[in-house]
Amino acid sequence: MIPALATLLVFQLVGEALVRTLAVPVPGPVVGMALLLLTLVLRPALLAAIKPTAQTLLQHLSLLFVPAGVGVMLHLQRLGDEAFAIGVALVLSTLVGLASAALTMAWLMKRVAPSADKGAP
Amino acid sequence: MNEGLPLVDAVSGVAAGRLADVWVYLSASPLLGLTVTLLVYHGAFVAYRRSGFHPLANPVALSVIVLGALLWATRTPYATYFEGAQFVHFLLGPATVALSVPLFEQLARVKRLWLPMAGALVVGTLAATVTAIGVGWALGASKATIASLAPKSVTAPVAMGIAEKIGGLPTLTAVLVVCTGILGAASARYVLDALRIQDPTVRGFALGTAAHGIGTARAFLVSEEMGAFAGLAMGLTALFSAVALPLVAGWLLNWI
Repeated sequence: MIPALATLLVFQLVGEALVRTLAVPVPGPVVGMALLLLTLVLRPALLAAIKPTAQTLLQHLSLLFVPAGVGVMLHLQRLGDEAFAIGVALVLSTLVGLASAALTMAWLMKRVAPSADKGAP
Repeated sequence: MNEGLPLVDAVSGVAAGRLADVWVYLSASPLLGLTVTLLVYHGAFVAYRRSGFHPLANPVALSVIVLGALLWATRTPYATYFEGAQFVHFLLGPATVALSVPLFEQLARVKRLWLPMAGALVVGTLAATVTAIGVGWALGASKATIASLAPKSVTAPVAMGIAEKIGGLPTLTAVLVVCTGILGAASARYVLDALRIQDPTVRGFALGTAAHGIGTARAFLVSEEMGAFAGLAMGLTALFSAVALPLVAGWLLNWI
């Protein structure tokens, strides 16, 4: 578990350092994810060492959003004043995002790779 | 004048004084915020499991409501709470890196589906952003609020960076990001069923595009395969949005 956690942190650290050195507007952990993926492709043996810890972290991904969510306390005034606009914008744009992503992907899968996947039953 | 003070009162007075001391210590130490966060989330997750993982019983939503009520009742400032909760918040970084594991395991299918995924990612992200800005503008939200709404489908740390660049409030964006994740995770089953989308790769990818990490957490509960595609979508959305959204949203915000 410790080597796995250290591996994840090292990749995050390298990601953060790269992003800051190159001044690219991409988050460090995302670069870390890409670099670890590349490393796994080059050395698949590494997978067994980090998989259990990675799975534990991802199983409890929801928990990690709780502290930021409680930050709602800081914005009750604004949220109250603009509740209607914010609420409608949140709901509509989430539904539009979900539906448009799903429909685009399903449509492209039929056009581009009809036999690549089982598709809808 | 108080010479006749009964012993009992004196003892309870001391005990109350000690309790007050304990509270002073606990409310200033990160221990309490961290412990309460884990306990409340555990309770929320047990409720979620008892409901048969019903999408509407989202554990993040339940936890935020309970913790918010606790902070309000004890008049604890958010900053004090965050002193403890930051240890949980910090793990978002390593968890993002950990997404490479399910991704690697699905790599063969990722390679085959790259074009449909790229299309879904660009269309889904831009549609969500334009809708958020358009609706906010049409309903008279302030410019700072609209700018905070624009990147809300992106995972929290990236969304906060984008909001800052286009004149939004990063902490408000964090809250809207969490709300979006909850909404997406709660509604996905109904929306995708209504659209007759059954393929778990498409369902997972759409969830990750529209509802980032909370949608990904939901997808992992349904299946490892769906979770992998949701995680992939979340990572790619973060990459694409970090580059494209400051331009697109910044340009739209200049018009309103």
